[in-house]
Amino acid sequence: MLFPAPQSAKVPPRVVVTGAGIVTALGLDWQTNAEGFRQGRVAFQPVTLFDVSRQRVKSAAQVNLPSDLPSTRLSKRQRSRLDRAAKLLLLAAHQAWNQPGWTPCSHLPVVLGTTSGGMSLGETYYRQAIERPRNHHRQAGRVIHYQPQRHGLDLAGAFGFSGPIFVIANACATGANAVGHAWQLIRNGRAERVLAGGYDALSQLVFSGFDSLQALSPTQCRPFDAQRDGLALGEGAAVFALETVASAERRRADILGEIVGYGATTDAHHLTQPHPQGDAALGAMNAACQSAGLEPSQIDYVNAHGTGTPLNDSAEAAAINRWAGAHAPTLPVSSTKSSVGHLLGGAGAVEMAVCLMALQGQWLPPTSTLREPDPAARFPVVRQPTAAKLEYALTNSFGFGGANATLILRRWP
Amino acid sequence: MTHARLRRASPIAQHAAGAAIEALGADISRVNQQPASLGVVLCVLSGGVNYSRRFYDETLKDPTAASPLVFPETVFNAPASHVAAILGTTGINYTLVGDQGTFLLGLALAADWLSSNQVDGCLVVGAEESDWLTADAFRRFERRIVLADGAGALYLKRRTTENAAIELAAITNSYSFSSRSARIRAAHAVRAELPGAGPHYVLCDGMQGLARLDAAESLAWNDWSAPRLSPKTILGEGLAASAAWQCVAAIDALQQGHYRAANVSVVGCNQQAIGAQFVNPNFNG
Repeated sequence: MLFPAPQSAKVPPRVVVTGAGIVTALGLDWQTNAEGFRQGRVAFQPVTLFDVSRQRVKSAAQVNLPSDLPSTRLSKRQRSRLDRAAKLLLLAAHQAWNQPGWTPCSHLPVVLGTTSGGMSLGETYYRQAIERPRNHHRQAGRVIHYQPQRHGLDLAGAFGFSGPIFVIANACATGANAVGHAWQLIRNGRAERVLAGGYDALSQLVFSGFDSLQALSPTQCRPFDAQRDGLALGEGAAVFALETVASAERRRADILGEIVGYGATTDAHHLTQPHPQGDAALGAMNAACQSAGLEPSQIDYVNAHGTGTPLNDSAEAAAINRWAGAHAPTLPVSSTKSSVGHLLGGAGAVEMAVCLMALQGQWLPPTSTLREPDPAARFPVVRQPTAAKLEYALTNSFGFGGANATLILRRWP
Repeated sequence: MTHARLRRASPIAQHAAGAAIEALGADISRVNQQPASLGVVLCVLSGGVNYSRRFYDETLKDPTAASPLVFPETVFNAPASHVAAILGTTGINYTLVGDQGTFLLGLALAADWLSSNQVDGCLVVGAEESDWLTADAFRRFERRIVLADGAGALYLKRRTTENAAIELAAITNSYSFSSRSARIRAAHAVRAELPGAGPHYVLCDGMQGLARLDAAESLAWNDWSAPRLSPKTILGEGLAASAAWQCVAAIDALQQGHYRAANVSVVGCNQQAIGAQFVNPNFNG
């Protein structure tokens, strides 16, 4: 039964990450990405997936997908039906699933965050329906695989598990919401283990949408730069195997880090613009700290949402300034969107992975494209690869519609 | 409704806002006083397809003329954002995407938020809008399907002595499927988790008079001897909104005092089977 809830423990269990997979334009695995983020590599290239010749901006952090997908329980035919977003998700999930030694099971919830699911299939469906309405070839398959719940079912089929599939579509915060919701499911006694993550692939509609808003940078994505002029889009996925400490210790699984806090709020200021003083962002950070039992002064690094748009970064800077208070001038902050762009539904999960990497490796990922820091940011923005002693890292994700989410991660000793 | 957020909003947002306000009733004033105390879960299957289609069409014709006013309305969580803005709530707000059963997943999520004291009340809304593109897509699987649009909403609160309303008694597990035979097994699993037909029980099912689509649910509930309601046979297939309508119909039947309990069965089109039970604690029939 999903309701009523089983009797939950008086003290919620600690939730740890025992498997993680990541795919970005920097690379297709954890090590390559960790090295790329540590060095602040920049991974943008001309978009080749669809026609951008008439767009204002023509580049993005596009992933070079491998020709073969990893071996899973999916048949060759099933693999051939996967769209680009599903492939990104499967690549990340394959890493996350194998790492902790999970085996096929029932009642394993999966929580995914995406903004557009299999959008490229929807686009193809629409073009064919308009241009050749009597041609029905492959249209039914596109309908099925366009829908994001199909991606959850594909994961269940690939790894041999079953359980409820939650697809959260909270715009650019949704990757963090997905992990946060998974964390809550475990803490509330709903599940001992959850597979969770976020993903999105580049698509023509979404690319054109951000370009129409003139939100894309015609130069270079430079979060927290005084002269910043927009964001850059990217694509990718990050997936995590989450479980209670007790479950992980029973299998003597390696633990990559611990999730200790989650907060989510809604900014009702405007559909696409944050409150100028970052009220809801502040609320999300405070809520995450409260759930973690931490003060802002205990946070050692903030991975900002930091899109590089004038409005987002000034609102987030105001929020971080207010939240950190006297701690702000010594609190390292960076946005790794300078390296891989804005992954939309994948952003929150990928940036959580970056925090885990930083906590594991004891380094700060730089915003390497920053030239002239915005004086509105009272905190130091990390610009160079830097070693640091880190215990707690906080990551922010904010989205269209005012969806705000914050996660706090802890280094595992 | 004349809220500024709804001036350019798509029909799905208008439907969602209308249902949300109706479900909240007099508690709308409490939300204004405590804006963080209300959670919102908005469930969709196809979402804001009107503006998505229109924006993509504009992109194909001339991306330099694609409207920046339309694009934000294409995002799945735009309706939930509009609902939050209209109500003035700043609390947690999720948009869930999935098949019809997702509305019941949303109810379970809301119940969790209430149980863990994250919110004092939670709106769960199922909403959809009509579009030829959605109709074209669904007709590939069943030519006689009658799609519908609209919204339904439930407002959940913790039970107190003051609000002796209808209770959400149970939500079954979500049984996923990806084949026709697994869909039948999933419907049976839901049936097995929900209590049998007792005196004064009613079943609110998702049948719509189409043998192929109804087959799994029909088989699972063929021994149900108590009364049943099938709102889709009247309202059509409203996707995420349909499951909300089923719940609203079940609660309405209980509120009228005819039944002690109502089972709701939702066998979605391509993801899950899931069920719920509501009870009338004041029933004395």
